[in-house]
Formats: sequence, C-alpha cells, structure tokens
Amino acid sequence: MAELLYLTELLGLPVFDSRRRQIGKIRDAALVPVIDAARVDRYLMGGDKAWLLFRYDQVRQISLDGIFLADEQLLPYHADEYMLRLERDLLDQQIIDSQGHKVVRVTDVTFDLRESEGRNELHVVDIDIGMRSIFRRVCQGWVPRRWVRHLQNPIPPHSIDWALTDILEPDPQRRVRLNITYRHLEEMHPADLADIVEELSPEDREAIFETIDSEVAAEALTEVDPDVQASILESLDTDKAAEILEEMSPADAADALGELEAAHSAAIVEEMSAEPQTEVRELLHFDDDTAGGLMNTEYLELPDNALVEDALAALRDSHESYDHIQAAFLVDTAQRLKGVVPLSRLLNTEPSTPMISLAEVEHITTRPETPDSHVAELFDKYNLLMLPVVYDNGSLAGVITADDVISVLRNH
Amino acid sequence: MFSRLRHHIAIFFAVIGPGFITAVVDNDAGGIFTYSQAVARWGYLPLWTLLPITILLIVTQEMCSRMGAVTGKGLSDLIREEYGLRPTFLMMAALVAANLTNVMANFAGIAGSLEIFGVSRYISIPLAAAGVWMLVVKGTYERIEKVFLFACAVYICYIASGILVKPDWGEALIYSVRPVLLIDPAYITLLIGMVGTSVAPWMQFYLQAAVVEKGITAKEYKESRVEVVVGCIVMSVIAFFIIVACAGAIWTQQPRDITSPVDAALGLRPFGQYASLLFCIGLFNASVFAACIQPLSTAYTVCEGLGFESGVNRKFKEAPIFYWLFTFLIVVGAGVILLPSFPLVKMILVSQVINGILLPFVLIFMILIVNKKRVMKEWINSGWYNTVAWASVILMVGLTLALVAFSVQGLMS
Repeated sequence: MAELLYLTELLGLPVFDSRRRQIGKIRDAALVPVIDAARVDRYLMGGDKAWLLFRYDQVRQISLDGIFLADEQLLPYHADEYMLRLERDLLDQQIIDSQGHKVVRVTDVTFDLRESEGRNELHVVDIDIGMRSIFRRVCQGWVPRRWVRHLQNPIPPHSIDWALTDILEPDPQRRVRLNITYRHLEEMHPADLADIVEELSPEDREAIFETIDSEVAAEALTEVDPDVQASILESLDTDKAAEILEEMSPADAADALGELEAAHSAAIVEEMSAEPQTEVRELLHFDDDTAGGLMNTEYLELPDNALVEDALAALRDSHESYDHIQAAFLVDTAQRLKGVVPLSRLLNTEPSTPMISLAEVEHITTRPETPDSHVAELFDKYNLLMLPVVYDNGSLAGVITADDVISVLRNH
Repeated sequence: MFSRLRHHIAIFFAVIGPGFITAVVDNDAGGIFTYSQAVARWGYLPLWTLLPITILLIVTQEMCSRMGAVTGKGLSDLIREEYGLRPTFLMMAALVAANLTNVMANFAGIAGSLEIFGVSRYISIPLAAAGVWMLVVKGTYERIEKVFLFACAVYICYIASGILVKPDWGEALIYSVRPVLLIDPAYITLLIGMVGTSVAPWMQFYLQAAVVEKGITAKEYKESRVEVVVGCIVMSVIAFFIIVACAGAIWTQQPRDITSPVDAALGLRPFGQYASLLFCIGLFNASVFAACIQPLSTAYTVCEGLGFESGVNRKFKEAPIFYWLFTFLIVVGAGVILLPSFPLVKMILVSQVINGILLPFVLIFMILIVNKKRVMKEWINSGWYNTVAWASVILMVGLTLALVAFSVQGLMS
C-alpha cells in the first residue's frame, strides 16, 4: 500500500540539510499545474528571516519525522502566479466536486508518498472533507502527528479524487497561468451545473461563465434561478453575455433579459447578432405571465401550399433542433396561420401529398396577451401538447409547448 | 386575483427580508425578560438605552449584510477562509452551546405564555417542538419565509397591549431621550444587561446567511441597507412598547422584581384581560419565532463553516448533519423545559456567559474581514464609518464582558 501524508502533517514539518541539521519548517507547498497537475513541485520554507523555496528534485526523503534534502541550495521565494499554493489557495477554500456535482470546502489534502529515482515525491491524490479531516485539523499541532493518525482511525474518511475537482479562481490571468479550464463542468448535465452555480459567490459564478464554452453556458443559464440568472448576466461583459444569450432559445433569452434593468438589458441586446436580436426584441415586449412571455419562436413554419416532401426537406436541412416541436405550421403569404400538421402524420404519407390536406380540422390558438393561468387551462381542457399563439390579424407569433406549461404550474 | 395577491406579497418580501426578521427576533423571550425586569424595577428610566441600542444594532447588522451582499458568502465561510479551521471550529462549538441555551429560554417562554391560557407545558412543549421541526424539515425556504413574515406581524400585539395599559406617554417620551444614570449597582447591571443582550452572535451569522440566501448582490445593496436600518428601528419601536407596557402597568402600581416574562404579562392584568392576553400572545409568538430561527441558523452556520451540506431545500439524506444538529437543538432545548427541577434561570445566566464570550470574537473577526480590501474590494468601511464601527465594537465588547462578569457572579451566588 502506498504511504500517505496529509497537508496538515506536512505544514510545520522540519526540514533537514544533507548533514541532518534542521534548517527550517515547511510553511506551504505548491503545485505548478502547467508542468504537473498533481505533483508537489515547490516547498516553501520559513527560514530565519524570509521565506525560502526548494524544488521537488532537491528532496531525498520525506517522513513524519521531517524532510531530508539531498541538495540544500535554497532560493528566495518571490513571484508565484504560476503556483497553486496548497495552504493559501486551497485549504479552507471552496472547490467543485465534479463527480458529486457539489461545491465543497477543502479541509485537508491527502498526498501519496512516492519513490521516484531514489527520492520521495508527494502527489496530491485526494481532497479531504468531512469529520475525519476536521478532527485531524483541530488536533494537529496540539497532539503528536502519529497519535492523531491513530485517533482518527475510527472516523470514516470522506474524500474526493483530486482529478475530479475544479478550482475556483476569479482572476482570469491567474486561471490561464494555473491551467484552470473547467472542462469537467462542460461535460456535466446543464441542470447539475446550474445547481453548482447557484451555490457559488457572484465572482466565482462570473469566473465559470467567462471560461466555459458559450453553448454549455447557455444551457446551464437556462436552468438557473431567474434571480441568479440576472446577477450572472449583470456581472459579465455585455459582449460575453450577448454571446451566451445567442445560444439560448429566444424565449429563454428574453426571459433572462426581462429580469435585468432596462438599460442593461438593452445594452446586451444591442451586442447580439441580427437574427436572434430581432426575435428577442419582439419577445421582450410581452409580460412574463402571458402567452407571449411563455411562447417560443423556434418552430417549423411552411407555406400553406407546401407538400409533404417540402416539410421533410425542411426538417432535414434545418439547423435548429426541433426537440420540443411536434407539429409543422402552415401559413399563407400574410403569415396567417392556416393549419397545424402533427409531424407523426408525415411518416406514412406519400411525399407528393399537400400538407394542408393533413392539417387538423380545427386548431386551438391563443393570443399573446392571454394570462398564463388561462393557457394552462387550455392545455388541460383540450389535452394539448402545443398551442400556437397568433396576433389579432391571425398571423403566427410563436408556439407554447407542454414543458413551458409545466413551469407555469410549478410556479403557481 | 389570487396571483395578484401573491405578486404583492412577493414585492413586500423583496423589501422586508433578512434585516427585518433578524432585528425583530432580537425581541425574543430572553429580550422581553431583560426589558421587563429592567422597567418593573426602574420604570421609564432605562428607556433612553433604546437609542444607543438601535445605533449599535444598525452598525453591526449593516456590516454583516454588506459582507453577505458583496461576497455572496456566509460569515462562518469568511471566517474559515480568512482565519482557518481551528478558530472557526471553536467558534462553532461555542455557538452551538450558546444557542442551545437561547432555545431553552424560548421554549420556556412558550411554556409560560401558554400556561396562562391554561395549557399544560406537557402538551404545549411537545406540540410546539414538533411544529417547529416539521415546519423546517418538511418546508421549503419560500414557505418558511412566509411563516416568518406572519410572525413579524404578530408583534403588533405588543403595541396594542402597550396602548391598552394607558401609560404616561409624556414621561415615556421624555425618558426616551433623557439619559439617566443612577449610582446604583443594580441599575447599572440592568442597563448593561439591556445593551449587552441586544447584539447576539447568532444574529450576525443569521443575517449574513439570509442576505446570501436571498441573492442580494452588491448592486442591490443600497436597498438592502435601508431594510436593515428600518428593521432595527422597528425592533426598537417594539421594544419601546414592551417597556412602556411593563412600566405603565407594573412599575406605576408597585415597583418590584420579576422573575420571568410571564410575570410581566400577569402584571398587566389590572389593566384589563386584553392587555395581559395580548402581551402573552406576543410572548408566545416571539418565543416560537425565535425557537424556529435560532436552531435553524445554528445548523446552517455550523454546516457552512465546517463544510457540511446544509439548507432546508435539501432532503434529510442529503444533509444529515444539518438536520441532526437542528433536531438535537430542538429536542434538547424543548426537553429540558419538561424536567421538573431544571434550573432555568441558571441556564439563562450560563447562556449570557457563553454568548458574551463568543460575541467579542465574532465582532472582531467581522470588523477585520469587512476592512479587507481583497475580500470587500471598494466596499470596505469608509474612514469615519470605520471609527464609528470600531467604537461600537469596543463598546459592545466592553459591555458584554461586564455582563459576563455579572452573570458569573450570579452563578456563584
């Protein structure tokens, strides 16, 4: 079994030179993530006056009795932007457990003590949280190190694999120097990412949304609480906020913008590219709790003289995802809604059939200003999966789908 | 129609939230006891302390809510990040002990106030404990906040009972602004008690956590500050009416010592059943309210500081330590009230000692952190405000330590 050492044990450990004279005590240890994500690269030592530093390859042996150096040439400690200092930057700070989808606070760090080319190296293996590490921290310094190890044995350990964590760092330059990418977060389900984001402080949220891919950011932002949405959008630069909002559906983007102050939301909309910008602008006119505020503007729209093959071609060529859309909407040249064709009807029909002949005899519609509670009633009464929203002149404004109604019901 | 009503309640909540609740809960069973004790003996004389109390409360609460809004983190989080685990751990241990005794005092308030209505404590205490537990464990944050708001409104009872007693308003107003110092150790002890118990450690942790939970950010901080100040003023208005009611009723009849807040309620009897009953309802409400908030806030603070899962929006299984700690505080806090010979007055003195030892640390950590540029950026204390803040902290620490000394003396005798 590999030998372990804890950060709390390392701190304060005496350092001996090659003639076994004590020359100082360990104050901190640092990783250099651009070189190695887990190996302790630098040891910081409190000497007589200033802090001094030695590298991992100067170490001969590490044990609970102390660190024994092979090469005692010490360097003065200065600039450290590229170093992740474990005591200062990690201990007692929050990090993200990307496996458990949680934000946790670091109580201790577990190292694996390895033998390599005749010297001892420390590699970070686990981040410790929970009772056992708390016990160890509280006792350390008052009780001899070996006793603490015995006493902590009955408490079950609670640790997270170092490789599955993400560090929070608000300073963007330092994020680059420390090689922090948040790639674990990008692989998470957006709803899990949203839960994590909600637990963080505003500046950490900002750090994550600045760094991760806009598409992932958009999906996560859709899932976040409206209040938090607003505070995130406010904290980001307007162009970054616009970039993320462009990736969201116009309806969700408009909802998020609706939470902001008018001036700020206008500034963000200004930065958005042309097509989503007009759609979002239109949607911003509607109140949150009306059909207009609920509806989506991404739907499959076809001329009323289209054939089934046109519909199939449109579906094939489309860049949009129609995950939530179950029907095609037929409109005349004045955009007036003429018919609704459930997509399932296309499957067993000749390609040359006119779409209008497949349309439902009668379709229920509603107006943008209808209150959301009434929309929910319509869904219930007519067993709808989706409901087209039309303006007074009969032209199609958008579509409400069943999942939009579920959020209405949950909020009431 | 219903949705419109909801909308109005939502706006109402956006204005009165964390600061209001924290300040109002400050008038819990222990607070009411301290006031009524002071005035039953000295009448309107100690009223002037309300003004300095309000200022001290505003200064400390303002710093906490600012820290919450700017950092988005709780006070125990910040202490942990800045000063490490060991001080945090020791503070959390003291906080649990202090709040356990606070909870006991409040369950005693519940038992006492309901006994006036003829309800035996063997019925009221288990029911109240179960009710408080269910509200938090089975509720969501939004629902709990609504119940708390309702509880805030019930404090109007004190205002009503104060008016029913028909006190001497002229005298009450004069003594609100005229400081009276008597060279009498008993008088000075009571004054120190009134001021010393007005700022409690749990309030700082609760307020900051509630600001964070509500998602108030540095941008909305201006509104939040107004809310904190208004909350503190409302707290002193309620305290004013409690004092006036007790002074008008008990002291004008016959100045004497009282031994519990229920004594105070009984003292109002000569002025009609309603004055006394309203005072009792107020006491019951304040006790239940505080018996909810104090265990909840303790469990939150401890779990945050030590890095355990917390929050009422999580399930029992997801945050076991949070719920166990909460349950422990309620079961023990309520349980001891049912023990026939439990020395409650001694417990309240012990509570004052622990609170008093803890408070200087909390306040000093607070003012150190609020002045850290790395943490607070441009939101650190401004020059003159910092002077006021330090003066308040030093005054508060001094008074609290004096109170600790008196309490230790009381415990010895």
